[in-house]
Amino acid sequence: MLWLLFFLVTAIHADLCRPDAENAFKVRLSIRTALGDKAYAWDANEEYLFKAMVAFSMRKVPNRETTEISHVLLCNVTQRVSFWFVVTDPSRNHTLPAVEVQSAIRMNRNRINNAFFLNDQTLEFLRIPSTLAPPTDPSVPIWIIIFGVIFCIVLVATMLLIISGIRQHRRKNKGPSEMEDSEDKCENVITIENGIPCDPLDMKGGHINDAFVTEDERLTPL
Amino acid sequence: MARTPGPDQPVDGGGEERPAWDNKLQYLLSCVGFAVGLGNLWRFPYLCQTHGGGAFLIPYIIALAFEGIPLFHIELAVGQRLRRGSVGAWTAISPYLGGMGLGCFTVSFLVSLYYNTVLTWVLWYLLNSFQHPLPWSACPLDLNRTGLVQECRDSSPVSYFWYRRTLNVSADIGDSGPVQWRLLVCLAVSWAVVYLCVIRGIETTGKAIYFTALFPYLVLTVFLVRGLTLPGAMQGLTYLFTPDLRVLQNPRVWLDAATQIFFSLSLALGGHIAFASYNPPRNNCRRDAVSIALVNSMTSLYASIAVFSVLGFKAASDHGRCLDRNILHLINAFDLPEQSVSRDTYTAALARLNASQPAQVAGLPLEACRLEDFLDKSASGTGLAFIVFTEAVLHMPGAPVWAVLFFGMLFSLGLSSMFGNMESIITPLLDLGVMPRRVPKEMLTGLACLLCFFTATCFTLRSGSYWLEIFDQYAAALNLILLAFFEVVGVAYVYGMKRFCDDIAWMTGRRPGFYWRATWKVVSPLLLLTIFLAYVALLASSPPHYKAWNPRYERFPLRQEKPYPGWVLAACVLLSFLPTLWVPVVALGQLLAQCRQKTRDPPQDRCPKPRGGRAC
Repeated sequence: MLWLLFFLVTAIHADLCRPDAENAFKVRLSIRTALGDKAYAWDANEEYLFKAMVAFSMRKVPNRETTEISHVLLCNVTQRVSFWFVVTDPSRNHTLPAVEVQSAIRMNRNRINNAFFLNDQTLEFLRIPSTLAPPTDPSVPIWIIIFGVIFCIVLVATMLLIISGIRQHRRKNKGPSEMEDSEDKCENVITIENGIPCDPLDMKGGHINDAFVTEDERLTPL
Repeated sequence: MARTPGPDQPVDGGGEERPAWDNKLQYLLSCVGFAVGLGNLWRFPYLCQTHGGGAFLIPYIIALAFEGIPLFHIELAVGQRLRRGSVGAWTAISPYLGGMGLGCFTVSFLVSLYYNTVLTWVLWYLLNSFQHPLPWSACPLDLNRTGLVQECRDSSPVSYFWYRRTLNVSADIGDSGPVQWRLLVCLAVSWAVVYLCVIRGIETTGKAIYFTALFPYLVLTVFLVRGLTLPGAMQGLTYLFTPDLRVLQNPRVWLDAATQIFFSLSLALGGHIAFASYNPPRNNCRRDAVSIALVNSMTSLYASIAVFSVLGFKAASDHGRCLDRNILHLINAFDLPEQSVSRDTYTAALARLNASQPAQVAGLPLEACRLEDFLDKSASGTGLAFIVFTEAVLHMPGAPVWAVLFFGMLFSLGLSSMFGNMESIITPLLDLGVMPRRVPKEMLTGLACLLCFFTATCFTLRSGSYWLEIFDQYAAALNLILLAFFEVVGVAYVYGMKRFCDDIAWMTGRRPGFYWRATWKVVSPLLLLTIFLAYVALLASSPPHYKAWNPRYERFPLRQEKPYPGWVLAACVLLSFLPTLWVPVVALGQLLAQCRQKTRDPPQDRCPKPRGGRAC
């Protein structure tokens, strides 16, 4: 009798959870891709954790706070690590509507991923789209910052070059005119020959003309 | 007839002392920088790959020997001897040839407009490379954040970033759209950088060239070393250099080799004449010409090795990812354990599954993954730099660093070429004395850069990239070939081969040998004429069309081929011939002026007979 009941229950469960059943979702895990050497094996304990996470997600839905782990049924576990699951109601005769399960999973997707060290791409719930992360736009786009830096440097360098050019130009213009002015002024007072003032017939001090040295001073002493 | 001075009297272009190079290295680097440009990086490797790998080097070297080096030598000798920019130099050779200088000047102006626009695009990418992850690595989310933007999903993040976020390209050349402010500010900065470097002519470019000419070689070496250590590099290189000698039978290959060497050396723009005019009169320009041309070609080869090792890596990693996608489909469909099928065992596993369950396998979206298909995906021009290479860089570890290096290299390559372009515009203006003497040189260069900037804003419209292709194909190509032809003919026949050889003997100490005289008198003019006719035939053979990026096209990621509308075709024709029209216009003008002078004083018979023997 008990065996009959057991088979009946299993049959009903098999009926509720099978590939492409109503309200059933397929899950696919890529543990080795995500974790490489640190990959864990998928065994019954991991399945228990999965059922617990799904039950936890359903308990957060209003009106479904009484979902138990035993209400979550898994079937068709393959070596790929993919399987199907359904969530039944407390009576265990009907499955909960797909929409409810979908929204519950979406709300808690992050917690489910973290429990298994996976992410949206390696723990796939087929037919449950994941919410895409919002773009992380900084308040000022980076290119504007670099642009500002380069522009300021170019502007400053150009200004420096232009100003130095103007100064050089002015110095060149002032230079020859200054020399002309001084020569005009001095002509009235002192004669200038080759820019050197010469005092004709001025016996102020007497200058020693080194060109006319005496003979013995020119010869090196012995 | 011409005021050509004898070998004993070097002529200065201008009353005051002509500026001079600080040392020979500056001059050599300037010429090398002008010659080595973006084309060495993104045109030569593409040609090498599509025209039979190593076999392409044969027509390339022949074109270099019979067309590139002789023309280059003429330009350097003319500039050094006459010590003026292109306008003054050709007027000095013969007043009837003065139009050539004006033609060179006009073409340089047009080229600098669109060349700096390419630099603007490079600058935009450079500014965007300072972040991780790079903005072209992933598609942005659409408005309701439920998925990715459709245009990006259908094509690829890299193409989306180029066509939409950079160019914001319209679907048709007639639809110009508004000016893109991002490109406009980058255009302003790139013209500001050019102005900063050419502000005092060769005084400032001579200092800047040390960096802009040498930095690309440094980066190329870094890329070469990195590229050769990446997996798949060797496949890329063997694929590139495997010679296929059958291509030599295709005349298109010879045409491409000749045009490549011609544009690669930046001949007939007047830039080399301008640079050489600042040389001391007795300088061995023959040795300079040969060495610079060889350096240019070596750089092309070096760059193609670096580029193809990276592209080989890209092809290998794309191929690997293609296999991985197929493997994922297989193990998902048949619930096989993860990593049970590797890339090596994929074919065997597929065959096994196909034998056992063919129907299910047939239903899977499996792609055909062949390494040769990925290696064949070559591109040239902006497609190589902004789409293919940026995608390759994404998969290298430390992607932002490589992106910054790559775009920095492109920017300095282009900048050193821009120096030559601007010199070929500014030197003739200075020599002609367009502005009064008291106006400082800084103002003249500033006005020139400002004018170019305002004219170039038309390339920042949404249809700007289509116009750039037009300028590249029509404004530059035909005019330069014609002007080069007139250059050779003008020097060899109008100036006189004997007088030219005397000048070169005075400058370099040795008369040009038989090779030079033969190429100048016969080979180069014939070659240039053949290239010109072949080019015209090629352009005329198919109605001109362009490839538009149209998201609403039914075969979308492929570009839609559209013919040019009538008014655009008229613009193309104008661009192709207006610059060269200066030559006959000025010659005619001179003829009329001489005839008028002759009729005014008939008894003195002051009308000199032009060499062609045409009497007034």
